[in-house]
Amino acid sequence: MKPNFEQFNDIPGTTIFTMQMAQKGFQLNEFCMSLRTQENRDRFHADERKYLDEWEMSEDQKQAVLTRDFQKMLDSGGNVYFLSKIFAAEGMSYVQAVSTMTDMNVEQYQAMMVAGGRNIEGWRSKKERGEA
Amino acid sequence: MARIIAGIATSHVPAVGHAVDSGRTQDDYWKPMFEGYEFSKQWVKDNPADVDIIVYNDHASYFGMDIMPTFGIGTAGKYDICDEGYGPRPVPVVMGHPALSTHLAASLILDDFDMTVLNRLDVDHGLTVPMSLMYGQPDAWPTRVIPFPVNVVMYPQPSGERCFAIGKAIRDAVQNFDEDITVRVWGTGGMSHQIQGARAGLINLPWDIQFMDDLINQPEVLQYKPHLEYMIEAGSEGVELIMWLIMRGALGDKVDEVYRFNHVPASNTSVGHLILKPRD
Repeated sequence: MKPNFEQFNDIPGTTIFTMQMAQKGFQLNEFCMSLRTQENRDRFHADERKYLDEWEMSEDQKQAVLTRDFQKMLDSGGNVYFLSKIFAAEGMSYVQAVSTMTDMNVEQYQAMMVAGGRNIEGWRSKKERGEA
Repeated sequence: MARIIAGIATSHVPAVGHAVDSGRTQDDYWKPMFEGYEFSKQWVKDNPADVDIIVYNDHASYFGMDIMPTFGIGTAGKYDICDEGYGPRPVPVVMGHPALSTHLAASLILDDFDMTVLNRLDVDHGLTVPMSLMYGQPDAWPTRVIPFPVNVVMYPQPSGERCFAIGKAIRDAVQNFDEDITVRVWGTGGMSHQIQGARAGLINLPWDIQFMDDLINQPEVLQYKPHLEYMIEAGSEGVELIMWLIMRGALGDKVDEVYRFNHVPASNTSVGHLILKPRD
């Protein structure tokens, strides 16, 4: 069967981690995996730039990590489960980190979740939203 | 002959593990969710099994992108707990059942499912959070466990048909195991949730409830639901629900619903939980 990596492109506000994206983000995600030990977390936090330079990541990817721009990390092939190693190491929850990718602050985002989450109406298709 | 006595489905939210580990299950935020599992904690005590086959996904905790098995099976005697970026969860080591898992792995491969055999594996919240929900905080887990990791993180994930079919093959393999032991099969993950992008926080409870109904009553139809529909309707991470089809396949044609629970939210997720019993 011919793979269709493009079929997800119409989902608004969503980056699907396809095998193609995994290729693009390999080094970024490898860096994230390295943060599974306390020793590496300490080294990273002591000098982030120096630690990032040990990885063959693009400068854009490194800047995204340094500025904690999670959306930019997703766009350059990062996957949120890998990226979670960056924010978990800083004591940040998924709710806190995930809210930064939305147009809400963390309090607004948490309030939305407690009220039942984001309603899907209007969020199925970029075309429907006039974004495509 | 070994027997499958029940199927358990549950979400596996990491924050639920934190709540257990830090003694916050009775906080206002968490209490209603944990109360929903009280029935189940008693039920698993009253209906004990020797082995739990736990279908789950690793969250970049053990498998990175170096190796990404589509279907894996643990064959080890024990499984350590992953460091997911904040140190390992303070839960007991997970003990395996090498004889049954070796039998299962070999059976599945001979049935044309090309399994990745894992003699070494550390397990993450995808496996340990469901165990905490069912068993609380024991000094040692009450059952032996066969971890069954599935790639649901990178597209293409295995199809729903393939998941349902491998569940049926698990049923055959368990029934062909000569020891007289009891087994439960767990499908974990889901329900609707999206933890990335501008659409993060998506919850679709009506869809989740329909999924549960279809899983129970017409899995033969549900198996054909395409990945795209999961991702649109249940969020990019809602596609984890294909793992529930493996559990359902392992239960045979007809099941009885013993228990059902839904709760929104736990962290970013719609929590869903089922206990099913095979009818034959």
